[in-house]
Amino acid sequence: MSWSRFFRRARTDRDSAEELRSHIDIQTDENIARGMSPDEARRAAHVKLGNTVRIREEIYRFNTVRVLDSLERDLRLALRGMRRRPGFTLAVVLTLALGIGANTAIFGVVDGVLLKPLAYPNADELVSVQHVAPGLGIDELRMSPSQYFTYREEGRAFQYIGLYSNGGRTITGLGDPEQARALFVTYDVLQALGVRPQLGRLFTEADAKAGASDLTPVIVTHAYWQRRFGGDRSVLGRRLTVDSSPAEVIGVMPEGFRFLDMQPPAEVITPIVFDRNRVVLEGFGFRSLARLKSGVTVAAASADIARMLPIWLNAWPLPPNSAGRQVFERWQIAPVVHPLKDEVVGGVGRMLWVLMGTIGIVLLIACANVANLMLARSESRRQEFAVRISLGAGAGQIAREVFVESLVLSLTGGLLGVAVAYASLRLVVATAPTSLPRLDDIALDPRAIAFAVAATLLSTVLFGAVPALKSATRHAPSPGDNARGASPSRERQRTRNSLVVVQVALALALLVGSGLMIRTFQSLLDVHPGFSTGGDVQTARVWVPPQEVRDPERVTRLQHEILDKIAALPGVKAAAFTSAAPMEGPLRVAFNTIYIDGKSYAPGTTPPPRRIKFVSPGYFRAIGTTMIAGRDITWADIYTGANVAIISENFAHEVWGSPAAALGQHVKESAGTSVWREIIGVVEDVHEDALFQAAPAMVYWPILMQNFGGQSKLASNAINLVIRSEAAGRESLLNGVRKAVWSINPRMPVFLVLTMKALYDQSMARTSFALVMLGIAAAMALALGVVGIYGVIAFIVAQRRREIGIRLALGAAPAEIVRMFLRHGMTLTGVGSAIGLLIAVALTQWMSSLLFGVRPLDLTTYVAVLAVIGFAAATASYVPARRAAAVDPVQTLAAE
Amino acid sequence: MPGRESPLQSETPQGTLDMLVLRVLVTGPAHGHTIAHAIERGSDDVLQIEHGSLYPALHRLEDRGWIASFWGTSDNNRKAKYYRLTPTGRKQLAAHTTRWEQIVRAINGILKPPIEEPEP
Repeated sequence: MSWSRFFRRARTDRDSAEELRSHIDIQTDENIARGMSPDEARRAAHVKLGNTVRIREEIYRFNTVRVLDSLERDLRLALRGMRRRPGFTLAVVLTLALGIGANTAIFGVVDGVLLKPLAYPNADELVSVQHVAPGLGIDELRMSPSQYFTYREEGRAFQYIGLYSNGGRTITGLGDPEQARALFVTYDVLQALGVRPQLGRLFTEADAKAGASDLTPVIVTHAYWQRRFGGDRSVLGRRLTVDSSPAEVIGVMPEGFRFLDMQPPAEVITPIVFDRNRVVLEGFGFRSLARLKSGVTVAAASADIARMLPIWLNAWPLPPNSAGRQVFERWQIAPVVHPLKDEVVGGVGRMLWVLMGTIGIVLLIACANVANLMLARSESRRQEFAVRISLGAGAGQIAREVFVESLVLSLTGGLLGVAVAYASLRLVVATAPTSLPRLDDIALDPRAIAFAVAATLLSTVLFGAVPALKSATRHAPSPGDNARGASPSRERQRTRNSLVVVQVALALALLVGSGLMIRTFQSLLDVHPGFSTGGDVQTARVWVPPQEVRDPERVTRLQHEILDKIAALPGVKAAAFTSAAPMEGPLRVAFNTIYIDGKSYAPGTTPPPRRIKFVSPGYFRAIGTTMIAGRDITWADIYTGANVAIISENFAHEVWGSPAAALGQHVKESAGTSVWREIIGVVEDVHEDALFQAAPAMVYWPILMQNFGGQSKLASNAINLVIRSEAAGRESLLNGVRKAVWSINPRMPVFLVLTMKALYDQSMARTSFALVMLGIAAAMALALGVVGIYGVIAFIVAQRRREIGIRLALGAAPAEIVRMFLRHGMTLTGVGSAIGLLIAVALTQWMSSLLFGVRPLDLTTYVAVLAVIGFAAATASYVPARRAAAVDPVQTLAAE
Repeated sequence: MPGRESPLQSETPQGTLDMLVLRVLVTGPAHGHTIAHAIERGSDDVLQIEHGSLYPALHRLEDRGWIASFWGTSDNNRKAKYYRLTPTGRKQLAAHTTRWEQIVRAINGILKPPIEEPEP
């Protein structure tokens, strides 16, 4: 009731005014009728009625809500003040908009990637299950099928536990042969996630029985269903051919379904089926996830696995050629159970928190700046406040007014900040490295908006409280206290000085942070990856279906044929192939336990596993890896079954002391039936995983091996073509490659088409991303800091014009005046830098995991940053100091 | 917070002016000027009111829904705001009148003690 009155009160007031007027008119008429003169009659009517303004006020007050009314007045004042000073308003609003916007954007990223639960029901019950094997010298031991069976059958902590891996599946029978991105899961993985199909069904235990059906059940994702089946609902039961085996579509996943953070997303899901009778201890090739029973902690799950490991070790047969169970015991396998989200988020958490902290600091600097602007503004309104207080305005009223003004400014800034956040989030998502997980979960959602509101209110308190309190408490009017002549009081100046010191300190810390990122980036650029990154190396994966070509030698010969056709393409300078190109990700990483001829191994021990890959002749030339000693593998070696190998430089140094000494030595991949292979060449080290990871010791085997790992012959059905050509990345070359492949066999897909430059850039991506973000933050901080110093010095100069005039009139040299102000600015900078150095030392320890090739206490960076801050501060104080020296004493004093 | 009270309210018992207004309107719609004069005349000019103080009272009564207003033309052809009693107002007046009479009886009872019964 009172609310509708409140909003109608202007109309009510007009109504009352008219009613009172009519009353006067009627009374006047009556008075005239009684014989009064018109003037007299009207006056008498007014007297009888009383004070009309007071009557209207009484009615008006009846209709108001007091708090709102004064708020409205303060708002009006604030808006009027903002309009009157567009420069000030713009500076404050833009500063806040950038500060709040940047913070909201980064919060959106942090929230989407780190804070929000995964998009599965009760996602907190989901864990990833892995092992470490310190005795084996590798960080991560994946799960074997036998472990899966043990954990599934003996486990007490899990509702579901399953294995998964990913790769490609050749789909034929639907038009062009196609390599679909595939997710392989044991039947319980999708159940563990708690997802439901849009159509059809998920895998069941029956699907997991080896030989249960002639048809491979396939679940397709929504995107694939739309693309290949046009969203046809009769897709269930459709027959197709997967890797040359007959298969049947049994289900379609809903549109929003994503498997963890699989990039690029899977298109088809097929079951992993084990023949339980043939499973052995080994086969550590699978990742695993599980859903805990409700109430079971991660620690309890870990303990449960630790309990089951000895059971597993004794329950399953040893692999052929094994040196015995004690080998596995010596690996010291231990469980590593993490919340599944940690697995998905991976290593970006630290980087994002560093960014969030950095951007938060920028907001603090922005607030300090705005507080200074507000102080300067209230300084210039000192006289106005003094007059108003002497006219009876309460100190509280003035404080409220100043605070409301801050609130209006920050709300405007916050509103604009949300727009900034929206724009920058789109930019972040568009430019973020593909290695940034959960990009789909990043959005400007209600949580981010709530954060923006909180940031806005916090800023208001930070920059609005000080000026509000100051303007309220110190304006007892005193004679002679006028804006013109008074020097700023010590206490007021101290506030402004400390704000500048804070700004300089924080800006310095951020500059050090981004300086270290620049040095990291430089170090990464200095790393020679061991392959050509010039954009002239093309890779593409080709798969020879083993169902079609069974004989390993025929596989290699077929691949050789393809290679000859590609080598003959115009513009191709070199071509070769390998089992895996560098930097392709953990999926293609392979190890062998390498025995070295002449070394003795205690019974039951194995040498440490080494990274291996299989290469064709000409691989090193094609990819741009330098041959350091010896010779390359030849086709003759391959077809005659010569037992040869090539190793990396660091391996040669480690074992034989020098590349030359390694030539002619022998290695083999297992203790058993395998034969010794002669080292015929040594190549430079290649950063196989990432630039910031050390180049592993490598063994390169010929692409076709004899007597290898218990098999008489071994070829790689999946190969990466490595083609050196100026046309790398262009469609003309790719068309030529596809034609060459399909002229040999039209059912072989060509996929994962990438240039080595793209793989290299991807490896730099996370660092570049952090660098750009930190760089932007530091640039903003520096700019704000410079503006802060400039503002303070300029303000002091303006305040002390009269004093300067007197000094100059008394014979002070202008240079002395300049020095005086310069000294002030540099003192503030010095104090700020000293504090900033302390902050930087602490902050950079925290970001050390982002650094590469540079220590957190890198002297060069610190010196450079101090120089930059010093120079910027000197410039910022010199400009107003010069203006001070240019004061004309006559004019200034005459103005008094 | 309540506004300053009008002089009439502070000099007459609480709600009296309201009741007087309602009482005047029983006879039919009237504008402020008429109501003011009617109150003065009806009380044999005992209740001299500052006409202005009538209007906040009218506004309050209208807000409570006891009276309703409409713009009309006065006898001497002036535009004037007329008030009429609503059914709620009529009920309120009845209730107030009853209560008023009770109070008057009670006060009378105190001021004029009943004549004692003669001893038989």
